[in-house]
Amino acid sequence: MSQYMKDTDKYGKIWIWTAVVAVLMVPVAVCLYYNAWPQAGAVLKGLLGVAPIYWTVGVIEVITYTPMLGTGGTYLAFVTGNLTSLKAPSALNAMENADVKPGTEEGEVISTLAIATCSIVTTLVLVLGVCGLTLIAPILNSPVLVPAFDNILPALFGGLAVVYVSKNWKLAISPLIFMVLLFLAVPSLAGSVGVLVPVGVLIALAAARIMYKKGWV
Amino acid sequence: MGMAFHVNSLFLYALAIGVVLFVLTQSAFFLVRAYRRGKELGMETGKLKKTIVSTAVFTIAPAVSILIGVVTLSKFLGIPLPWIRMSVIGAITYELPAATSTANALGISLSETISDPRTYSAIAWVMTLGILPSIILPPILMKKIQGGMVKIKTKDGRWGDLFLTSMFLGMISAFLGMVFADVRRGIAGWVPIFVLLVSAAIMGVCGLLIKKCNMKWLETYALAVSMVGAMIFAVLITPLIQ
Repeated sequence: MSQYMKDTDKYGKIWIWTAVVAVLMVPVAVCLYYNAWPQAGAVLKGLLGVAPIYWTVGVIEVITYTPMLGTGGTYLAFVTGNLTSLKAPSALNAMENADVKPGTEEGEVISTLAIATCSIVTTLVLVLGVCGLTLIAPILNSPVLVPAFDNILPALFGGLAVVYVSKNWKLAISPLIFMVLLFLAVPSLAGSVGVLVPVGVLIALAAARIMYKKGWV
Repeated sequence: MGMAFHVNSLFLYALAIGVVLFVLTQSAFFLVRAYRRGKELGMETGKLKKTIVSTAVFTIAPAVSILIGVVTLSKFLGIPLPWIRMSVIGAITYELPAATSTANALGISLSETISDPRTYSAIAWVMTLGILPSIILPPILMKKIQGGMVKIKTKDGRWGDLFLTSMFLGMISAFLGMVFADVRRGIAGWVPIFVLLVSAAIMGVCGLLIKKCNMKWLETYALAVSMVGAMIFAVLITPLIQ
């Protein structure tokens, strides 16, 4: 492993543990400042509604995205969030355009650049948005624009898929067919697409392994 | 006795600004390091710059959709807390259910702005504790996962490449499949599919222009152009269909 990768891991760990403390300090600060510690029962009940799913997804996401995003990209993406809908597609698109492979050091550089840029731009858009919220809230809430943002995922993945699927259609076909049939059969799964990403990954890997052994890819 | 509580108090804004500065600093730190390393590795400056510009342009539309998430939650939670949550680890798909779940547990409505600081802090705790594994696990599991990847790659380089490509394709497939979830609702349920196809078509045209007409510069903006183009299409077609 190069010195850069070793340092990336070291700095990444420092940053992410600092982020853990910072994230936890927010509710602590609220409680201290307002002298308003919540009832443990309310927090537990609230957590019970979301934690079983989100903790599971959290574990799965870390295992799924770490190899794709690389060390620096992972440390940054998991702190800044919006992984599936923004960070992972942007890293993939950037590596594809730069013609570098994930898992190489060049891939690591491009993925980190993409995720860092993504985080900075998102944060700045939020800052600008929050500053001008009274001005832009009516525009953002206008019914005309609702379909645009309701359809942001198909709009994003359509373009991404053309490039990636057409280049690797043999690898793509099994997970694609499976997912389309699954969602046609059980439409209510749309809300838990995060859980289905690893399912798609496992199917893609299994199919790829079989085709590789048979010499088809 | 604590201070007088308001969901949009100066104190809460100060907390939000602190979090935002943290995220910006961390991102800038990794950006600069990666850029320098890229140059050390002999990668062209143009390629590195193109990655940054292309990602920045592409990020704007999704970032606005995240901003809409802040706006949605702000009616209930004020601006600072949703702003904090969307800046670190957050995603609207998570934050809204977390707030709803706590509000249900406390028996309060999501339609009114919170005025009780204890309710507010309960929601802040649920939102924070709910996402904690996503931030604690990467440093713990990193060595194992990356070590596993190195093993796969050194054992069989070709399979290592296929392995990573398949992972990305698995992710894309889940989202492409999701687009078909509403088909049984009738023609309105087809809108996401049309949007997907339009985005794909625009990307295809961009690809042709880049290759056949030598419009290399378009590569930087192709994904942003197809995404925004398809979103505009969604705005135009939805009223016609409903």
